[in-house]
Order: sequence, then structure tokens, then C-alpha cells
Amino acid sequence: MARPRPEPMQVVKQRRDAALKALVEGVPYIRFLNISFDRRGDELTGVLNFDEKLIGNPFLPAIHGGVTAAFLEVTAVITLSWEHLFPRIESGEIDAEDIISDHNIRFPKTIDFTVDYLRSGLPRDAYARAFISRAGRRYASVRVEAWQDNHAKLFAQATGHFLMPQEPSAKG
Amino acid sequence: MVDKTVLARQFIEAIPHARALGLTLTHIGEGEAEITMPYNEDLIGDPRTGVIHGGAVSASLDTCCGAAVMSHPAAPGGTATIDLRIDYMRAATPGQTITTRATCYHITRNVAFVRATATDDDQDRPVATASGAFTVEGK
Repeated sequence: MARPRPEPMQVVKQRRDAALKALVEGVPYIRFLNISFDRRGDELTGVLNFDEKLIGNPFLPAIHGGVTAAFLEVTAVITLSWEHLFPRIESGEIDAEDIISDHNIRFPKTIDFTVDYLRSGLPRDAYARAFISRAGRRYASVRVEAWQDNHAKLFAQATGHFLMPQEPSAKG
Repeated sequence: MVDKTVLARQFIEAIPHARALGLTLTHIGEGEAEITMPYNEDLIGDPRTGVIHGGAVSASLDTCCGAAVMSHPAAPGGTATIDLRIDYMRAATPGQTITTRATCYHITRNVAFVRATATDDDQDRPVATASGAFTVEGK
């Protein structure tokens, strides 16, 4: 059987970018920290856009450790949600507008999150990428890395566990 | 040690991110600290329920732990987080202030060990707990 003709690139990109934008911009706290996401295919990179209000030590100066933790956690949750919802976004089952408003679309909940602070966060943009070590039906384990100018020199890394949203039909 | 307590309070309240979160240091001294974070719609993590994002709770816990270290009688000066683990027990009730309390329960020349708890109005059921290791910086 011949494979179906692929959709035009603009259609695919528009659908994916609209869904990602809805996922990220719908959350006030992500806007408060001014975190955005770069997407290449299904790969996401979190970007913490630097602002003075992110400073935790005004003498060095350095980014607040709590901001670093939050940035890594946001990157983990968005990456996990993205991977979890991606098939339904691709199939057209989930529309960008539904992502934040539809109560049936649920997100992973953080169980625990551990951050290693490797060096101080400089007062400039930071980047983070999350790797899903395991995504089970109930629990997921995620590792996150964050860097600034040099990807080889991480300034923080983290691991966290998440409770995956349960489908209403999957009870018992 | 009154001077160091005053200094720690000024230091915490001069932190740009602590101001952005609206943090207030309500108690400090002898290796213990308490910080409050009022409910703020900018910090919402789930717009459908109005629940505060865990990241904001983490930032408050981290600040509180740092303050507890600096207030310890054996700490000569500043501190930085080496590692911090946060456990999230439940969503904070929307509209309520979050209070974090940290204790620096052990300190060596180089490392301070800290535990902290975050609660909302229901003080008996923690929203989150934290435990971490912090550096001990010289003067």
C-alpha cells in the first residue's frame, strides 16, 4: 500500500508551534520568569530570558537558585507534557485553544525535584533540555541539564519524578 | 549576634528575585528562618485552578534555607546552594499566603545541612518540604 502523502510543512509547523505556544504562554508563572521554548521537530530547548528580577545575589551578581530550580522544573514539565500530548496534537484530536482551557487535558504533577548547583548562574540567558529517562503509565523520571554560554559547562542539573495524568477510562 | 540578624534581613530583602516574589522575612536567628510569600496571580502554575506553581514555592524554600544558614551562630558569612531536594505533597490552596520555615540543623566548616517546610493556612498539612546542602563562605 502506498504511504499517505505527507502534509505540507507549513501545516505541520503551524499546528506544532500553536500547540507549544498555548502550552507555554497559558501559564502565568512561565510568563513571570519569561521562559520560552525553541522547537526542532519534537526536541525542545527551554530559554530563560535574563532579567534583573531573576538575580539572587546582587553582589556577584548571580541568578537566584530558586529561579534555576524553577527553570529546570518548568523545562521538565513542558517537555514531559509535550511528549505526552504530541500524538494527540499530531492527530488533530487536541487543538491549540483547548490545551489550557479544556479540563480534560491534564498535566504531569511534580512528586519531587532535586537540583545540583554546579556553578553560579551568570546574569545572562540560560538554556535547558530535559531527557525523559522513563515514562511509565503512572510515574515518569526526568533528567534536566542547564547551561549558559558553553553547552559543555553545565551550571545546573536536576532529576525529578512526576505523576502522570490518568485517563478517566484507565481506572482500576 | 543582633547585627548579623539585621544584616541577614537586609540582605534577603535586597535580593531582586525575593522582591519580585514579594517575600518577607518574618523570623530569623540561631540557624532558623521564616519567610512568607503572599498569593500572587503572576505565580499561578495552573490557570484552571489558580494554584501557585511549584517553582515559586521552590524559590521561597531556597531563599529561606539560605537565610537559615546565614543566621547560624557558626556561619561566618554568605552561602550558596550545593543541592536542594523538594518534595511536593499537595497543591497550595489558591488565595492563601505560603509560609516557609527552615532549620540549619548541622554545620561544619564547609557545609551546612538544612531542612525546610512550606505550608498555607492549614499548618498541619505541608504543601512541600525541602532538604539541602549549602556552602559555608568565609568573611
